[in-house]
Amino acid sequence: MNVIKTIDELNAVKAAAAEVVATRVEGKDNGVKDVLVCGGTGCTSSGSMKIIEKLQEEIKKNGLEGKVNIIKTGCFGLCALGPIMIVYPEGTFYSKMEPDHIPEIVEQHLKNGQPVKKYLYAETVDGDVIKSLNDTAFYAKQHRVALRNCGLISPEHIEEYIARDGYQALYKVLTSMSQDDVINTVLASGLRGRGGAGFPTGKKWQLAKDLVKDADQKYVCCNADEGDPGAFMDRSVLEGDPHAVIEAMAIAGYAIGANQGYIYVRAEYPIAVERLKIAIAQAEECGLLGDNIFGTNFSFRLGLRLGAGAFVCGEETALMTSIEGNRGEPRPRPPFPAVKGLFGKPTVLNNVETYANICQIILNGADWFASMGTEKSKGTKVFALGGKIHNTGLVEVPMGTTLRTVIEEIGGGIPNGKKFKAAQTGGPSGGCIPPEHLDIPIDYDNLIAIGSMMGSGGLIVMDEDNCMVDIAKFFLEFTVDESCGKCTPCRIGTKRMYEMLDKITKGKATMEDLDKLEKLCYYIKDNALCGLGQTAPNPVLSTMRYFRDEYIAHVKDKKCPAGVCKDLLQIQIVPEKCKGCSLCSKKCPVGAISGEIKSPFHIDQSKCIKCGVCMSNCKFGAIVKA
Amino acid sequence: MAFKKSAVPFAGTPEQEEKLRKIIADHKDDPGALMPILQQAQEIYGYLPIEVQTIIAEEMDISLEKVYGVVTFYAQFSINPKGKYKISVCLGTACYVKGSGDIYNKLQEKLGIAGGEITPDGKFSLDACRCIGACGLAPVLTVNEDVYGRLTVDDVDKILEKYN
Amino acid sequence: MVNIKINGAEYAVPEGSTILEAARYAGIKIPTLCYLKEINAIGACRICVVEVKGARSLVAACVYPVNNGMEIFTNSPKVIESRKTTLELILSNHNKSCLSCTRGGNCELNELCVEYDVDINKYEGENPVPEIDYSAAHMYRDNSKCILCRRCVAACGVTQGIGVIGANERGFATQIASAFDMDLADTACVSCGQCIVACPTGALAEKDDTQKVMDAIADPTKMVVVQAAPAVRASLAEAFGNPIGTNAEGKMIAAMRRLGFDKVFDTNFSADLTIMEEAHEFLNRVQNGGTLPMITSCSPGWVRYCENYFPEFIPNLSTCKSPQQMFGAVVKTYYAQKLGKNPEDIVSVSVMPCTAKKYEVSRDGQAAAGIPDVDITITTRELAHLIKKEGIMFNELPEEQCDSPLGGYTGAGVIFGATGGVMEAALRTAVWKLTGEDNNAPIDFKEVRGTEGIKEATYNVAGKDVKIAVASGLANAKKLLKSIKAGEAQYDFIEIMACPGGCVNGGGQIIQPASVRNFTDIRAKRAEVLYKIDENCAQRRSHENPVIQTLYKEFFGEPNSHKAHEVLHTNYSAKKLYK
Repeated sequence: MNVIKTIDELNAVKAAAAEVVATRVEGKDNGVKDVLVCGGTGCTSSGSMKIIEKLQEEIKKNGLEGKVNIIKTGCFGLCALGPIMIVYPEGTFYSKMEPDHIPEIVEQHLKNGQPVKKYLYAETVDGDVIKSLNDTAFYAKQHRVALRNCGLISPEHIEEYIARDGYQALYKVLTSMSQDDVINTVLASGLRGRGGAGFPTGKKWQLAKDLVKDADQKYVCCNADEGDPGAFMDRSVLEGDPHAVIEAMAIAGYAIGANQGYIYVRAEYPIAVERLKIAIAQAEECGLLGDNIFGTNFSFRLGLRLGAGAFVCGEETALMTSIEGNRGEPRPRPPFPAVKGLFGKPTVLNNVETYANICQIILNGADWFASMGTEKSKGTKVFALGGKIHNTGLVEVPMGTTLRTVIEEIGGGIPNGKKFKAAQTGGPSGGCIPPEHLDIPIDYDNLIAIGSMMGSGGLIVMDEDNCMVDIAKFFLEFTVDESCGKCTPCRIGTKRMYEMLDKITKGKATMEDLDKLEKLCYYIKDNALCGLGQTAPNPVLSTMRYFRDEYIAHVKDKKCPAGVCKDLLQIQIVPEKCKGCSLCSKKCPVGAISGEIKSPFHIDQSKCIKCGVCMSNCKFGAIVKA
Repeated sequence: MAFKKSAVPFAGTPEQEEKLRKIIADHKDDPGALMPILQQAQEIYGYLPIEVQTIIAEEMDISLEKVYGVVTFYAQFSINPKGKYKISVCLGTACYVKGSGDIYNKLQEKLGIAGGEITPDGKFSLDACRCIGACGLAPVLTVNEDVYGRLTVDDVDKILEKYN
Repeated sequence: MVNIKINGAEYAVPEGSTILEAARYAGIKIPTLCYLKEINAIGACRICVVEVKGARSLVAACVYPVNNGMEIFTNSPKVIESRKTTLELILSNHNKSCLSCTRGGNCELNELCVEYDVDINKYEGENPVPEIDYSAAHMYRDNSKCILCRRCVAACGVTQGIGVIGANERGFATQIASAFDMDLADTACVSCGQCIVACPTGALAEKDDTQKVMDAIADPTKMVVVQAAPAVRASLAEAFGNPIGTNAEGKMIAAMRRLGFDKVFDTNFSADLTIMEEAHEFLNRVQNGGTLPMITSCSPGWVRYCENYFPEFIPNLSTCKSPQQMFGAVVKTYYAQKLGKNPEDIVSVSVMPCTAKKYEVSRDGQAAAGIPDVDITITTRELAHLIKKEGIMFNELPEEQCDSPLGGYTGAGVIFGATGGVMEAALRTAVWKLTGEDNNAPIDFKEVRGTEGIKEATYNVAGKDVKIAVASGLANAKKLLKSIKAGEAQYDFIEIMACPGGCVNGGGQIIQPASVRNFTDIRAKRAEVLYKIDENCAQRRSHENPVIQTLYKEFFGEPNSHKAHEVLHTNYSAKKLYK
C-alpha cells in the first residue's frame, strides 16, 4: 500500500477498489462471481474455514480461477444458519454449508449458473423464484448503518473499506471542520452511547474537549469488552468492519484533542483481535494512523489492549484501571473521565457500535441520522437475538421498532410452537419484558420505564419452559461471580441476594424472604459504587414485578410452574395414560418406580432423583413433570 | 495460610525465560504494561506460576503481591497448569437457557473434577466460560480450538472419546 | 468558598472540600470505615453515603466534592437505613466473636453497629472462616474479622511503598493476603505494624506477649528490668481517655512499678548512648573516608527494608544497635556485672511504640552477653492492656521517676521518638565536638523537625558543609534512596524511620480511629510532647548525661572503642524478597 496523503490519492484507491467490490455492492455482472463466506465467530465455529478450503480446491479443479473470488467477510447476522455463503452478483444465499455440498455448488452454480436449490436458505426459495437475501423477512425490516459493511467487504483489506467511502469522513473532518464543528454535528445527530446507559456522545466529547484546559495529554478509548452474556454485536462490527471503528476513533481524537487511542477488546474474541491488528497495521501503512494524517498537523496512534476475563471491565472507570495495568476495579465518580480518565488524563470512552455510527453521521449529516428513530433515541440499534427464537443472530433496526417486530417478524418467532414468555434485554443489568409490553417501541427511555434497559443490545427470548426465578438466579450468579469485590453492597449484597433466590428455588423461602429480597434490591441500587452494582438487582426486580405469581408459587405452593427448579419438581405417572409396560421402572437408575404389569405404575418420590429418564422413555406420554 | 503454589513442579526452560525477559524488557516502560506482559507470559508458559510472576515482579520493580492481585482478578489468568485438552463450556445466557448447565455438570461427573481443575493425568482441564459469541450454536463447548455446538448431554461421551 | 445546604441549613465551605469535610465544618460527623485521608480515598465501604439532591443514587461523602448550591442530607431515613443495611451485610460476613476480641471497646465497626441499632443476624449465608496467619514474629492476620476496607493495603502499599499484602481474587472471594497466600513471615514484610494501626477491626493485631512478661515477674528467681521507649509516653495516656498529646511519663513509670518490675528504666538513656556511638561513628566516617552518607539504624523496620529492598545501602547503615538493643546489651553486661548478677537471671523487657522490635530482638548479632539483649518486647498497646488487666487505675497514679542508674536522660534522648529527632540529637553532639567542644554551639536544629516526609538541610560546621536528610515512612525513604542512586542528590548523613512521623506514630502505639486520624495530625501532637520534655531538660546533649559519662569511664572507655563495638554494634546482611 502506498501512503495516502491527499484526497486524490484516497479517491484513486477508492476508484480502483470500487471495481473490485462492484459485483457485491451493486450486483454488477462482469462475468466474475464473488463468493462471500462468513468468517465471523459463529460461522467459524461451525466450520466456515473448511468451506473456504474446499471451495479453493474445487475452483481449481473446475478451472474457475480468475472467474470466482472467494471473500472471507465478517458476520452476516444469521448465525444460526452458519456456515453461510452468498454468491454475487445474484445474491443467492446458501446456509448450513458442509464441505460435501461444495463440489455440487461449484460445478452447477459457479460454473454453469444454476443455483443448487436444496442448499439454499429455505426462505429464499419460493417455487422457481430465488429471492435475494435482502428480500427475506430477516433482512427486509432491518436498516443497517453500524453493520453496513459487515458481510459485504473483506475486513482484512483496507481498500475495500475505502471503496465504501472509508476514511472520507476523517478527511472531511481534518480538512474542513473545526473541533467544535465535529462535536456539534455529533450532538445534533442525537447519537447516544450504544454501550448501555445512553449518554449523548456529542456531550461526552464536548466535556472532554472543554473541561480541562491545557491538558498535556488526552486519550480516546474504545470499549470493546463486550461482556453481556448473549451480546455479540460489537464483536461482529470489529470482525466485519474494523476500520469503521478506527476511523471514528481518529475523528474523536481530533474533536477532543487527543493523539493516542486505546481499544480494549475481550481476549475471548480472537478473530476480532486479529482483524483489528491487521486493520491498524494497514491504516498505519497508509498513513491514515500515525503522524500528520492527510498532511495536516493531526497525529493519532492506536494501541490494542486485551481484556482478561472480567465483566466489570466494561464499566468505564474499571476499563481504564485495567488498561493502567491494575485490578479492574471501578473508582468513584466524580472525577469523571472527561476530567480525569486514563492515566489521570481527560479521556473519552465510547463503545464499538457508537463509533461505528460516527463516520456515517459525518458524511451524511446530523439530520440524516436524526431522521431515524424516536424523539429521544436517534438512529438504529443492533440487537443480538438469542434464546428461544428461530433466527438467532444480529439485527439492526431503527430505534422505535417494537419488540414484537423484532421477535416475531425478523426473528421468526419462537420455535416448537411454544409460547413467548419474556424477552431479556440489557444482560445482567437489564430486566425481563413480559408479553404485555411487546408493542412498546424500543428506545432507551421506554426500556428503563418498564424496568429494563437497552444495555449493549443482547435480546434473549424466553418461552414457557423458562422459569423466571431461575433466570433471575442465573443472572445473580453471574453478577456474584463477576463482582469486583470492592464495595460492600455488591460484594456481600449480591451474594446474599443469590442465596435468597437459591432458597426460593429450593422451596425453602418464606413470604418475608421475598420482602427482604426486594428491599435488598433497592438498597443495592442506591448504594453500590458503580453502574454494574447499581443495576445488578434489575433482573430480580423486573421478574418480581412481572412474574410475581411465579415467585409466590415457589414460596407458597413449593412449585415451579415452568418445571425447571429441580427441588420443586415431582415426576408423576398419569394413571389413565399408563399402560403398565414397566419400561420406566427398568430404566429408572434408582429403582424408584414400581407396579404390576398392565396396571398403572407408581413413582416413590422419596427415591426419585428427577433425572427424567423415565419421561423420555415412556412411549405413551404418561409421565409428566408436576 | 495455605500457600497456593501449584502442586505441579515448575518445568520452565531457559528459552522460555529468555523470551519472557525480553518481552518484559521491551514493554516494561509502556504505560500499563503489566496486563500485556502477563498475557504474553501465559502464552509462553501456559500458566502463571510463582516462578514466572516473581520474574515479572522483579523485572518490573513492583511487588509480587501486586502481580498476584492482578492475576487472581482476571478469569483468564491461571496459576495452575491447564490440561492437554482444555474444555470450556459456555454458560452465557443463550447457552444456559438451552441447557449448557447440564452439560457442564455431566462433564464434571465424567471427568471426576470440578470446574477450574485438571485431571490427575494432566489430560483434561475443565472450565466454565462466559459467552464466546457463538450463540447461534447454543449450547456450545470448546476443546482447545475445536468448537462443538447444538449439544445435548448425550454428546458428552462422544466428544470425550475423540480425545482419548 | 462555596455555598451548600446540609440538612436544610446553609453553610459556606472551602472549595474543593469533600462532603465529608464540608460536613465536619458544619459540625456533623459522617461515619467512615474505608476512608483514610490521602492514602485510601476509594469510596468502597459505602458507610459514608449521603443523599445529594438530584443525584441518581446515594453518594460516598468521603470522595464526593461539594459544589455551589449543593443540597446534602446526611441523616435522611434512606441514608440511615442504607448505612444500617451496609453494617448488617458486613456482619453477615464477619466473625462476630466480639466479646473477647482484641479490639473490644476500640473497634470502629462495633461502635457503628451500636450507633445504628443493627440486627446482627439480619442476613445469613456463607461466612467463611479463613485460617489465621500467625507466622510473623510481630503480628497475626485474622481475615475472618476483615471487612475489606483496604486501609492496611494502603498503609503497606502507599505509605510504606512495600505492598506485601493486597487484595487477591475478586467478588465475594476477595481477600487481603500476600501473594499466593504465602505466610507473612515468608514475605518481605518489614514488621512496621502500620497495617495494624490502620485496621478498624480486630483483623490485624500484634502478637500479645504480655503473659510472658507477667510470668517473668512472677518468677522469684528472675530480676525483671523494663525500659520504655521515648514515644511510649507520648501515646500511652490515650488508652485511658486522655487527649492526644498528653505526656504520660510519670504515670507510666508508676504503673510499671505497680506491675511488679524490679527496675523501671528508660530507653531515653540508651538513646543518649546511641548518640555517643553514632555521632562518633559519623565523625569517623567523615574524617577517615568511610562510606557516606551514613544512615541511621535505630528503626528495625527501616533496617529490614534496607536489607530487603536496597541491600546496596547496607554499607551506609550505621553499625550501631538500636537504643532498645543497646539498653538490653548494657543491662546484661555492665549492669549485671555491677550488680554481680548472672545475666541469665535478668529478664530484660522493653515497651516499644513499635511492632518491628518484636522481630528485632531475635535478629542475629543482638546478644552481647551471648544471650538475647532483650528477652521480651511489648508494644504501647500491650502495656495499656496489662495496666487495665492488672487493675491499675492509671489516671489516679502519682507521677514517679525512673530508677537509677539507667533511667537518667538528656533532651537529646527523648526526641528520638519523633522524625528528625535522632538527626537533631546527633547534630547536637557532633557539632559540639566539631566546634572544639564549644558549649555555646547550637542546640536547636529546627529544620529537621516537623512531619513532612522528607526534610533536607545543610549546616556549615567548622567551615565544612554537612548535608543531611531526614525521611520517615518507607515510601519516602524509597524516594530518597532512589534519588541518591540516580545521582540526583548527595548527603552526608541521613536519618530514616520506617513509620511516617517517626516512632510517635509507630505500629505499636495506641490506635486512634480513622475519624480522628483523618482530622487530627496525631504525629505532630505526640511529637510535641517529646519536644516539650526536651525543652525542660537541664541537659540537652547526650554527652552531658552523667550516667553516660560514668558508663564510658567504668566500662566502654571511648565511644566506638573495641568494647563498645562488641556490645553496642551489630551487622547486616542482604535478604531475599521471598522465601
